[in-house]
Amino acid sequence: MSNWIEVGSVEEIPVLGARVVKSGDTEIAVFRNSNDEVFAVTDSCPHKQGKLSQGIVHDKSVTCPLHNWKIDLTSGEAMGPDEGCTGHYATKIEAGKIFLELK
Amino acid sequence: MKEQLVVIGNGMAGMRTVEELLELAPEKYDITVFGAEPYGNYNRILLSPVLCGEKAIDEIMLNDEQWYKDNNITLHKGVKVTDVDRSACTVTADDGTTIKYDRLLISTGSDPFIIPVPGHDLEGVIGFRDIKDVDTMISASKTKKKAVVIGGGLLGLEAANGLIKQGMDVTVVHLMDWLMERQMDDVSGEMLKHSLEEQGMKFKMKASTTEIQGNGKVEKVVFADGSEEQADLVVMAVGIRPNIELAKKIGLHCERGIVVNDTLQTYDPKIYAIGECIEHRGLTYGLVAPLFEMAKVCANHLAEFGIGIYEGSVTSTKLKVTGIDLFSAGDFMGDETTEDIVVRDASRGVYKRIVIKDEKILGAVLYGDTIDGAWYFQLMREGTNITDIRDALMFGQGHLGDSGHGGNVAAAMPDDAEICGCNGVKKCDVVNAITEQGLFTLDEVRAHTKASSSCGSCTGLVEQLLEATLGGDYAAPEAKPLCGCTSHTHDHVREQIRTQKLTSIKDVFTTLNWKTEDGCAACRMSVNYYLISSWPKEAFDDPQSRFINERAHANIQKDGTYSVIPRMWGGMTTPKELRAIANVAEKFDLDTVHVTGGQRIGLYGVKKEELPLIWKDLNEEGLVSGHAYGKALRTVKTCVGKEWCRFGTQDSTGIGIKLEQLSWGSWMPHKFKMAASGCPRNCAEATIKDFGVVCVDSGYELHIGGNGGIKVRATDLLTRVDTEEEVLEYAAAFCQIYREQARYLERTAPWIERVGFTYVKESIVDNAEKRKELAERFKYSQEITKSQEDPWAARATGGVEEHEFVPLKVIG
Repeated sequence: MSNWIEVGSVEEIPVLGARVVKSGDTEIAVFRNSNDEVFAVTDSCPHKQGKLSQGIVHDKSVTCPLHNWKIDLTSGEAMGPDEGCTGHYATKIEAGKIFLELK
Repeated sequence: MKEQLVVIGNGMAGMRTVEELLELAPEKYDITVFGAEPYGNYNRILLSPVLCGEKAIDEIMLNDEQWYKDNNITLHKGVKVTDVDRSACTVTADDGTTIKYDRLLISTGSDPFIIPVPGHDLEGVIGFRDIKDVDTMISASKTKKKAVVIGGGLLGLEAANGLIKQGMDVTVVHLMDWLMERQMDDVSGEMLKHSLEEQGMKFKMKASTTEIQGNGKVEKVVFADGSEEQADLVVMAVGIRPNIELAKKIGLHCERGIVVNDTLQTYDPKIYAIGECIEHRGLTYGLVAPLFEMAKVCANHLAEFGIGIYEGSVTSTKLKVTGIDLFSAGDFMGDETTEDIVVRDASRGVYKRIVIKDEKILGAVLYGDTIDGAWYFQLMREGTNITDIRDALMFGQGHLGDSGHGGNVAAAMPDDAEICGCNGVKKCDVVNAITEQGLFTLDEVRAHTKASSSCGSCTGLVEQLLEATLGGDYAAPEAKPLCGCTSHTHDHVREQIRTQKLTSIKDVFTTLNWKTEDGCAACRMSVNYYLISSWPKEAFDDPQSRFINERAHANIQKDGTYSVIPRMWGGMTTPKELRAIANVAEKFDLDTVHVTGGQRIGLYGVKKEELPLIWKDLNEEGLVSGHAYGKALRTVKTCVGKEWCRFGTQDSTGIGIKLEQLSWGSWMPHKFKMAASGCPRNCAEATIKDFGVVCVDSGYELHIGGNGGIKVRATDLLTRVDTEEEVLEYAAAFCQIYREQARYLERTAPWIERVGFTYVKESIVDNAEKRKELAERFKYSQEITKSQEDPWAARATGGVEEHEFVPLKVIG
């Protein structure tokens, strides 16, 4: 059963920026790109658990602030020759509000 | 429907272009490749190691058949293109295939030049060009004894060396006075010959071949002077000829090669040509590095980005023969207008010659000791003025006086030496990755090994390893692009920002045709810095293009918490400030309180949400941001000076505080540290700072360009001044020239080594007017950007960037 939760409006996240949603012990990084698309992944790099929400966002990816791993925001997968994957959440925008699908 | 791109020639040049194109515009074309050889694309430069038995064929494949499948490329291998109809835009091959093209790329490479002497068509006379030739040589060596290699150039010597390794008796025949005359001068050519003779190679010099004799099969070679050499196998390696047969047939303009313009287009604009088959600005190329530079430009145009220009290549040479070290680049012969520096040590077998004109390196030839080849090549390509390093030039980069970080010379390091200290990458990891994964560029090595991808201090070492492993095939970029998102250099981007008055990242990306929509972490941070330092009043400072530390005004730690380090002016503090820090540490449960190397106190383990609360408490007691997180002035370290110290000559603490008040808050290309010592005992270690003041009885010595970090470098003494006012003016001028001219993430030490100390001294010391202008611009930038309004206060109580510090939502 899907569980869509509203977490805020698109405008609350800077363009090419991220905000954090806390759900229990889990921290989820929610990103907004230059086309106002919104993505959500677990706020933890598969490499050394760097906080991806603190990285620099470009296209549909983010560069981790700790060791420059690039993570694909559409899947949570590491890009390039690096291997690893962080959790990924479905998102949707309805009337300017962001919804995350929590498992 | 997608456009059709047809590639004639399945070699390194053609496939490199396709690879570059797939990166830029993967969906633009349906790609069809014709290759006359019955293989996938292989690394032709590694044919020598195959001949020597050091590598197998499948180890030198670059793109296997799966790669073509994965990228939806139709490969016709073992199929030769016989005709192109340029008006109907179709290609016809010898298996009857006819297909249409929208764009055609000709990369037919070159053929070995076979001297048309009588008997050149006998069985057993071959070139050295492809896998088939190598197979012929290896099988001949199993039954035959005596080989003659005609041609004492790079290719001929590699062939001869391989045949000796396969057990044959080999004589090299050479027309000229010395070997490899296109890459070596007479002295080094003679030393090379001597070394090869010791390995069993025989030579016949100044010999002109007139005939090859034999009854159906080759038996002997006859020379102009009447002498003869017995031969069961003759390898012709006198040079290569661009393969322009097809291009000529279809009416493309050819000279020695297919003539192309700076965008690699032939006289038919739908047809591009690249690689060894072309002639560009009157030159043809036979090494791999230039092919890669061409491939970049060609792919760029095929993708219709249309910004790259190929302006020709400067090449260097390395011979792939075990036990022989030679290197040459540029004009190493010189003429009456040039000067030479020569070192010759016959018993060590070392010879070095550097040709210089107008204090710049024109060329170099090294024999026996080539570890500085890459460095000389770099100085040559960049046109570096060598006045400041001339006396140590011949002794190599290791003697320049910068020490630390495991030395400067990668080739001399053992295999298990750590090259990249940040990511723990050993020399053998890098070398293996280069050979096994077929890497050719710094970026590829970074992606695959992580070496040089963190602090970057080992970039030079990695480049040396590329150079040493690939030799002349290393595609050392003429000038490095800022990052993979653009082909422009740091310097070009900054110049365009200034001349076209670009004031936002979007302007820069649009005007300069960035390849990616949003750039990447590297270029966004660089461009943002160039914008705000070039146009302090007009430019938009984009927080999302700042590294997190500068965006959050605190240093991110490995567990995602932050550190807080307030400023202590000139290393001075008060009981009140110390109490404020202690109170904050207790109130927020911060267990780790650290005295930093820059005479301040750091608090660690701070949760991001609590940063504004802590800053507010600290602000109330007068403490402000120490910018310990920024590419900015960090600290001004001082000793207590003449106020207390019995040796003190001036008020070093006072001048330190004034320097800090002058320059704090200013964004720089990299972090920037200062110090002021009260006497030449130099307790504040001013001679390893970016800007250091050493007080003496008669005034102040000013030192620049020191570094105590990655690579220890002592400062250069800039000048001596009499008054505090002068100290401050020189400091402001130095900060500003560094801010305006160093590349982003370049510390003062490497910047000064790059531009030369003389240049900085002339700008700041010798030219009082320029110094004053620089100092004025520095002060203008400080005022207009309000850089000295505390960023902590702005965020703690001023309402700036509030979203940065609070979660979007807390669920449950």
